[in-house]
Amino acid sequence: MTASRRVPWTLIVFVVLATVPWVGSRYDTFLAAQIVIDALFAVSLNLLLGTTGLVSFGHVAYFGVGAYVCGILMKTYGVPFVLAFPAAGLGAALFALISGYFCVRLIKLYFAMLTLAFSQIVWAIAYKWNDVTGGDQGLPEIPYPNLDWINALPGCGDLRISDKFYLLTLALVAISLAVLHRIVRSPFGRMLTTIRDNPERAAFIGVNVRAYQLAAFVVAGAFAGAAGALYGIFSRGVFADYVFWSKSAEVIIMAILGGMDFFWGPPVGALVIVWLNQKITAYTEYWPFVLGAILLVLLFALPGGIVGGVHALWTRLRGRGRA
Amino acid sequence: MLEIAKLSKSFAGFRAVSEVSLTVATRQIAAVIGPNGAGKSTLFNLISGHLQPDAGTVRLDGRDITGVAPHRICRMGVGRSFQRTNIFPKLTVFENLQAAFLVHHGQGLNFWGRSEPFYREEVAALLASIGLRGQERTLAGTLSYGNQKQLELGLALASDPRILLLDEPTAGMSATETDETIHLLERIAGERELTLLFTEHDMEVVFSIAQKITVLHQGRVIADGAPDAVRDDAEVRRVYLGHGLVRGE
Repeated sequence: MTASRRVPWTLIVFVVLATVPWVGSRYDTFLAAQIVIDALFAVSLNLLLGTTGLVSFGHVAYFGVGAYVCGILMKTYGVPFVLAFPAAGLGAALFALISGYFCVRLIKLYFAMLTLAFSQIVWAIAYKWNDVTGGDQGLPEIPYPNLDWINALPGCGDLRISDKFYLLTLALVAISLAVLHRIVRSPFGRMLTTIRDNPERAAFIGVNVRAYQLAAFVVAGAFAGAAGALYGIFSRGVFADYVFWSKSAEVIIMAILGGMDFFWGPPVGALVIVWLNQKITAYTEYWPFVLGAILLVLLFALPGGIVGGVHALWTRLRGRGRA
Repeated sequence: MLEIAKLSKSFAGFRAVSEVSLTVATRQIAAVIGPNGAGKSTLFNLISGHLQPDAGTVRLDGRDITGVAPHRICRMGVGRSFQRTNIFPKLTVFENLQAAFLVHHGQGLNFWGRSEPFYREEVAALLASIGLRGQERTLAGTLSYGNQKQLELGLALASDPRILLLDEPTAGMSATETDETIHLLERIAGERELTLLFTEHDMEVVFSIAQKITVLHQGRVIADGAPDAVRDDAEVRRVYLGHGLVRGE
C-alpha cells in the first residue's frame, strides 16, 4: 500500500458526487445529499462502534443537538451559518462530554442502555420545550445559509439554492471525513483500537481506558452534531422525530451493513440504506420488512459487512493471482 | 522493592486472599505457588490495581500504591502478563507492541500524526528479543498459543518495567515450550535487570528459577522463604501431598 501506487479513489468518488447537480435530476441531488449527511453520521458513530468497541444506542442525541443548535441559532437568532455550524458541533460535543462522563463508567449493555436513556431525554426535551424547540410542531423553515458566493465559481451561476447547499454539504462532509480518517489512523486512534480489542490489557499497557473512551465519545458527538446541523437545513426544518431512538438503530445498521471494521464501510452502508429505502418504498409500504430480510441475508452471508465481503473477495482473488 | 502487608480480599463472603504479606527484593526472582483456588490470581490482581483490596497495603519502592488504577501502576514501572492470554487479537503483532510503546512515550493523545511510522525499530528489536522476529504483519489473534504468550511478554516489556508480574507464564505449554519460555524469562530478566514475581503450577519450573517462594493455601501464606526451606516445610508437604511437589526428590 505505497502512496505512489494508490489510486485516489476517495478523491474520484467526491468529484463524481460533486457533478450530481449537473448530471442528475433534482431528486438525485436530494438523495445524494441525504446519503452524504448520513455517511458522516454513520462514520462518527463508527468511531465508537468499530474503532473503540463502544455500542452507543443513543447516537442520534448528538445529531439532534447539532440540528437544534444550528436551527435555533439560524432561525430564531439570525446567526450566520459560518458561526451556527461550528456551534452545532461544539454544542453536541459539550453534551457528549456531559452524558459520556456517566456512560463510560458503565460497560457493554449498560453503556448502551445509558446512551439510549440520554437520547430519550433529548427527545423528550425536543418534544416538550415548545418555546425553544417548537415542541411537536418542530422548527420549520430554517433558512438556507447565504450561498451567493458559490455563483462566483465557474459553472455554478445557474444552480438552485438546494443544489448549492448540496455542494456546500459535500465539501463540509469531505473535510469532516478527512479529519476523522486522520484521527482513526493516528496514535490516538491506535489507543482506541486497543480498548476495543481488550480493555483490561489496554489499561495494563498504561492506557487510561475511561478517559480515552470519553475523548472518543466527544469527538464522535461533535461530528454527529455537524451532520445534524446539515440535515436540519437540508430538510428545511428540525423536528422531534429526528431525535427518536429508531434513528440511532438505523445508523447502527448502516455501520454494520457497510462494515464497521473499515473506515469506508459506514458510508457504503448509508448509501445502500438510503437508496434502498427510496427504491423500495416506491413499490411497497413494507419497507421495514424488506430491510429486515435484506439485513438477515447480508449478516449471514457477509459477516464483515459489504466492504468486509468485498475486501475478503479481493484478498482471495489477489492471493490466487499470485499463486 | 515490592512490599505487601496484610492484604485481604473477599468475594461475597469468601475470603480469596487473607492477610497475605510478602516482599520481593530488587532483582529477585520470586514465585507464588499454591493449589488451584489458593488466591494467586486474586493476589496479582490486587497488586496490579485490577481489584481493590478490603484491607492491607501494597508498596512499590516504599510508595503506597494500594488501590491505584491499573494504568497508573503500569506507568510506575510494573509490567504484567495474565493467566489467560491477554493480547489485542484483531491488531497485528506490530500494532500490539507499537501501541504499548506509544502509551509509554506519552504519544497516546497525538490525534493528528500518522501512527504507522512510530517505533518501527523499537518494535523490531523487542520482537527479536522475545523470539518473534519478523512477525510484525501477522494478526495477533492468529498466532500460536505459545507465540501469543511471547507477544504478551513483549507487551509487558514495552513499557520498560522494573518489576514484572507473570501469572502462569507457561500455562498450557508443551514441555519444550515451557523450557524455552523459562530460558527466555531468565535471559530477559538478566538483560533488563528486572525483578520478577510469578505464579506457576509447574513445580520443576518454580524450583529451577525461583530464588524465593511463597506458598498460598486457601488465601493464606503457609510458607515463605528459600526454595529448600519451602520444599522441606511440613505444612507445605501436607497441602501438596500427591500434587507433585516432591517429584524433584
